Amino acid sequence: MCRTGDVDEPFESGSETGTDAAFTALLEDSAEELYEAAPCGYLSTLMDGTIAKINTTLLDWLGMERTSVVGRLRFPDLLTVGGKLYHETHYAPLLRMQGSLRGIALELKTADGGRLPVLVSSQVKFGSEGEPLLIRATVFDASDRRAYEKELLHRRQEAERARAEAEAARRQAEADRGRLADALAVLQQSLVPSSLPAIQGLESAVYYQAASPEQLGGDFYDLFPVDDKRWAFFLGDVCGKGPEAAALTSLTRYTLRAAAVHDPEPQVALRTLNAVLHERYADSGDPRFCTCLFGVVEPDPRTGRALVRLASGGHPSALALRTGGGAELLPTPGGMLIGVLPDARMRTAQTTLNRGDTLLLYTDGLTEARTGPDAGSMLGEDALLSFAAEHAPAAPRELIAALTGLLADATPGPTDDTALLALGVPFTDHAGTADG
Amino acid sequence: MDVQLRNNVKVVGPPGAPVVVLAHGFGCDQNMWRLVVPALAQRHRVVLFDYVGSGGSVLSAWDEDRYSSLDGYARDVTEVCAALDLRDATFVGHSVSAMVGVLAAQSAPERIGGLVMVAPSPRYIDDEGYRGGFTAEDIDELLASLEANYLGWSSAMAPVIMGNPDRPELGNELVNSFCATDPAIARVFARTTFLSDTRDELRQVAVPTLVLECSQDAIAPREVGAYVHAQIAGSQLITLDATGHCPQLSAPEATVQAILAFLETRR
Repeated sequence: MCRTGDVDEPFESGSETGTDAAFTALLEDSAEELYEAAPCGYLSTLMDGTIAKINTTLLDWLGMERTSVVGRLRFPDLLTVGGKLYHETHYAPLLRMQGSLRGIALELKTADGGRLPVLVSSQVKFGSEGEPLLIRATVFDASDRRAYEKELLHRRQEAERARAEAEAARRQAEADRGRLADALAVLQQSLVPSSLPAIQGLESAVYYQAASPEQLGGDFYDLFPVDDKRWAFFLGDVCGKGPEAAALTSLTRYTLRAAAVHDPEPQVALRTLNAVLHERYADSGDPRFCTCLFGVVEPDPRTGRALVRLASGGHPSALALRTGGGAELLPTPGGMLIGVLPDARMRTAQTTLNRGDTLLLYTDGLTEARTGPDAGSMLGEDALLSFAAEHAPAAPRELIAALTGLLADATPGPTDDTALLALGVPFTDHAGTADG
Repeated sequence: MDVQLRNNVKVVGPPGAPVVVLAHGFGCDQNMWRLVVPALAQRHRVVLFDYVGSGGSVLSAWDEDRYSSLDGYARDVTEVCAALDLRDATFVGHSVSAMVGVLAAQSAPERIGGLVMVAPSPRYIDDEGYRGGFTAEDIDELLASLEANYLGWSSAMAPVIMGNPDRPELGNELVNSFCATDPAIARVFARTTFLSDTRDELRQVAVPTLVLECSQDAIAPREVGAYVHAQIAGSQLITLDATGHCPQLSAPEATVQAILAFLETRR
């Protein structure tokens, strides 16, 4: 404190006789008395731990007689077994290496079999040559404090256990999710062909993308032979997503396949599908329907032409990209949503693909993709037709690649499933297939 | 990761001299050897390291599975030996490291040609017909003691301690830093050490072996030293007149003499 000189010091005006008495009392408190009756334990040991000196306070805490301790016990002898181990593995090495230790938590064994939690600080006394002579230790009663610390430790262990349990639960959930994703992937694969067949005189390409890997897609397509000259193909979109939609997709795909083998006339196949879906869903309280383009193609490698017969059940029209440039919609009149009415009317339309012509079937995932330049407007049918016209002529594989590029630029990314199927007559006669 | 960095490897002594690897036990780190290194390094190449999780090792390399068995620690030894391409080195292991050395010598016999087992114990807990000196409850009590001294560990200070093991100017503030260990890591090391039973490995030892025990050791009593000596054919047993479990600290000269005499027989 700085003296300011002109201000009276409060202590100087106090009772001088009282202060003197207190000082006198302090002076009578001998060093010996201070050592023996200090409010903490004192302990001095030889370097091997043999107790050379101990104060009365610590003896009282231990409940031991000086004669049974000094020269007879080593410091570790006062400790619990766990404390002994800690002493040997941490305390003694540290003391040797750094010459001092502070605040080590140990437990002393008392004569009556009790345990006294203490905090110990130790210091090595070195001789004039720097050789270690003895160890001095101060021992503080830490009962209350250790009880509180134990409580904290207990809480922390509980928290750690809870965290471990939460982590285990999270891992389990992750594993479950992985298994579910695997199962969904297998199911999804059963809804579309694993690859397209190679067809003499016809080239094909496909693109299929489910909007999210965790949701089963509602789009479907297929291409398969119905006899040794003709091939059936279809592409469609069931309402909804998820397991119910997948069940509908599966029913649709296998119904169309079976119907086509029985009678490949497109409007007949779609009518069969309509009857099946209507029978299955109309009265179920959960009406479900789909849209679908179904066609039969008969390539003639000899002439380089392919005759296509096509019917639609409420599905967007197919596009034809012509070899001389330009693209056109192929109107499929009279098509109604499949599965809504007991008796759907459809008519079959017909077109011929010449060398270099390509037919495109798509689901609304393409026309509703937000590819527009002005903040994500939808592509729409008109723009798709323009896009196709700009790219004509284009072989199936090129067309699918161009459309895939268009979809890749959509922002935000795909929000609906998208299926694209392109069939074309190649300029050369070799058979070709390509999966998108 | 670079093994020498990972295990905080230090090498001293004349290049080309016979190699001695010093391995610390549970508790502290390679500083345990500081009193014996100068004498050993006069005529030997001395390799020091910290097990991953101890001392100046890279804590991020620690893995609970690996370091829950003594084999994990033995892999540290063989990986350090391989990183330095050691041949026929003498491995000096203190406490649990003595048994780690036995395992390492089995898996890399070309690298370890001799063992010095300082205060070894192949099993700490009493068993039928075997006295290790402790009960399972005693070990639980040790784990509780470790828990009680977690308070000496501060995660804020850990990077300072771990990053500057050789900076004595930090010493005043970092009391107990040589033995400062992440509590979770210390617990795993303590369990692995004190619950281990490697008695069956002793008979497999096929290299010259010196067993160094202390006359009064609270962790590895004389009976255990005699047991280890009896199980390893051709081993030599020396009882140091030393109190405690760390003769390299409490009786460094006698410890050095015994190790050097053993090294002479291997020249």
